[in-house]
Amino acid sequence: MALTGVEIFKLLPKTNCKKCGHPTCLAFAMKLAQRQASLDQCPDVSEEAKRILSEASAPPIRPVTFGVGDRVLKMGEEIVLFRHEKKFVNPTVFAVEIKDTDPEERINNTINDVLTSEIDRVGQKLRIDAIFINNSSGDPQRFEALVKTVSSKAPEVPLILGTTNPQSAEVALKIVADKRPILYGANKDNLEAMATIAKTYKVPLGVTGNGLEEISGLTEKIKAMGVEDMIIESSARSARQIIENNTLIRRSALKKNFKPLGYPVINLCQREDELLEALIGALGVMKYASIVVLSSAEKWKNLALFTLRQNIYTDPQVPMQVEQKIYKIGEPRPDSPLLITTNFSLTYFIVSGEIENSKVPSRLAVMDCEGLSVLTAWAAGKFTAAKIAQFIKDSGVENEISHRELIIPGYVAILSGAIEEKLPGWKVTVGPREANGIPAFLRQRMG
Amino acid sequence: MSYTAPKETYSGKIFEVTIGTERPVTFGGENVLPFHGFEGSIPHRPVIAYEIQDVPPDDWPETVKAVYNGVANDPVSWARFCEEKLNAKAIALRLIGTHPDRENRSSEEARKVVLEVLSAIKVPLIILGSNHVEKDSEVLVACAEAAKDKNCIIGKAQEGNYKTITAAAMAHNHKLIAMSELDINLSKQLNILITQMGFPKERLITDPMCSALGYGIEYTYSVMERIRLAALAQNDQVMQPPILGDVGTYVWKVKETQASEEEVPQWGSLKERSIAWEAVTAVAMLIAGAELLIMRHPEAVKAVERFIDELMQ
Repeated sequence: MALTGVEIFKLLPKTNCKKCGHPTCLAFAMKLAQRQASLDQCPDVSEEAKRILSEASAPPIRPVTFGVGDRVLKMGEEIVLFRHEKKFVNPTVFAVEIKDTDPEERINNTINDVLTSEIDRVGQKLRIDAIFINNSSGDPQRFEALVKTVSSKAPEVPLILGTTNPQSAEVALKIVADKRPILYGANKDNLEAMATIAKTYKVPLGVTGNGLEEISGLTEKIKAMGVEDMIIESSARSARQIIENNTLIRRSALKKNFKPLGYPVINLCQREDELLEALIGALGVMKYASIVVLSSAEKWKNLALFTLRQNIYTDPQVPMQVEQKIYKIGEPRPDSPLLITTNFSLTYFIVSGEIENSKVPSRLAVMDCEGLSVLTAWAAGKFTAAKIAQFIKDSGVENEISHRELIIPGYVAILSGAIEEKLPGWKVTVGPREANGIPAFLRQRMG
Repeated sequence: MSYTAPKETYSGKIFEVTIGTERPVTFGGENVLPFHGFEGSIPHRPVIAYEIQDVPPDDWPETVKAVYNGVANDPVSWARFCEEKLNAKAIALRLIGTHPDRENRSSEEARKVVLEVLSAIKVPLIILGSNHVEKDSEVLVACAEAAKDKNCIIGKAQEGNYKTITAAAMAHNHKLIAMSELDINLSKQLNILITQMGFPKERLITDPMCSALGYGIEYTYSVMERIRLAALAQNDQVMQPPILGDVGTYVWKVKETQASEEEVPQWGSLKERSIAWEAVTAVAMLIAGAELLIMRHPEAVKAVERFIDELMQ
């Protein structure tokens, strides 16, 4: 919760010395409140005031990262409860669990599944982001061996070291501390030892507590020991507990500025039943989990969860766009129909879906109109005859097709004459107004 | 620092809607955001209806069509199968065969199917048109009359045909789905227009238009969330009818529910993927605010029911 100018003013020296470049302390305070000035500009400010001000200006949910290099994962910094208010900031991390009690074959398969999990969807590369290495045996040697295996086979994948045994934590961090893993496993019984280790190796600490009251107490103690980067786990396992605790944590942080819960949340979603696990993971994505832990990296489950995360974390204020190009639907031949529409993702999805439904192989020319739908783009002068003609010429589609016929959306029937003028030799056909008319339209043409 | 959980209470409440006669079901009635049972009351769990059609599901993908092999040639045996074998709590009959671009069946034929299905089942029936604005107003009027006093849901009334469909639902004591296209203001406006005709808002069901996972679901999700917030936090009565998620029809036409694993190896098993697609879409609709879902695959329905069990514990 940001402080007001007057509240900040009370913390300043009130000498009006002008060393900060502002005429009075009050004027400086007002600039600080608007974040147009920095506290360093005041040479005489007290340490106490610095502390209070920096805490007040910290984001309500602490930013925490793990992993290194290209694969670094960012969490926290969220500022809303509902995605229509503002974009959700840092997408949920998907981590797959490997236990040190798993048979070797399963371990190797899971690592391999994680390494090959990358999928390209609407221009984004999506993958299982991290591996959660679980010291299920409790034995430091077995844990050490598994950490070695994982870090050599998947050297770039960010890690979460799951153990409540400080000895296990030490041996693992000796191997992988430079990869900045999360040490997951501080609880009320091992708190001091784990916090010391996290501090020594400079890694974020995962904190488990039974409910929000206990968690708050633990994070305060750990913070007092000098560990700032934490992620929290409230022992929520059922869907009901997950929605309750995650909602209350997010609300406490955002609406009450309650610092002891202002950390990213991790949910353990592993289930025997893979489909139910996908649904619990989906709940985590929608309801505020920064990390969702899964038991496996099945391709079908990954695809569903990656897609949901991509959808939920899009910016509601920026229309989703797809790339401008000629999309092939089915296996079009040179004489297959060519349709055109705009690059608003929803428009593209609906139109391409209906073309697919028609079972008539086709080409769909998707033109960049800054993510606007057909009518809006036309009204905004972005879907005009001249621009369409230019796009068709530049796209090179003329080399792929044996005909010269372009099917345009029924809503812009008015453009047909003008396009024909600008594209000599072409015939423009007016298609249906709504996408759901496309299957009948295309099938009818096939006779 | 002592901790007090920031629980919230709302002045608004969702209308409780009961459908059917012999084996009725009730949904809605909560005074909190979806599954926020920790700060209010949720008297009923969401209801999932199984979708059937007046014509065989030739256009459904194989994974879901196979479930209904041998029963789906006849809407009556299909409906019975859902009720008896799948323990459906409600059935949604989509009269897709009446669409002029499809079989173009007459309202008289549709009416006959409705009567036959109604006499074969005990669970509530949802009667859906083919989503052809003109034809629906003819077909649904005939069907509403045929199903008189069976306390069905009739749908969907849209901007272009709500007058006739609303009048029929009102005259024959049915509930009514009001559908608009992904816009909270359009949704509110249609509900107002319908209630201005004298149709009680307590008998309405709002359909802000569903979308499949990966195909615009975030739009539906946010419109539903905003409708729920308007209903509860602002106590906007026009936004207090339960919400429908018409999941199956959107899900089972996208590529992810049709492309084989050979075709797209990185997407994994088609069967599990397509069932997950329907289940995850359904769950997103529930978390956003839907109280009534229409779905197709029994395994997806079962998984979503288990998920609801966990949320309602």
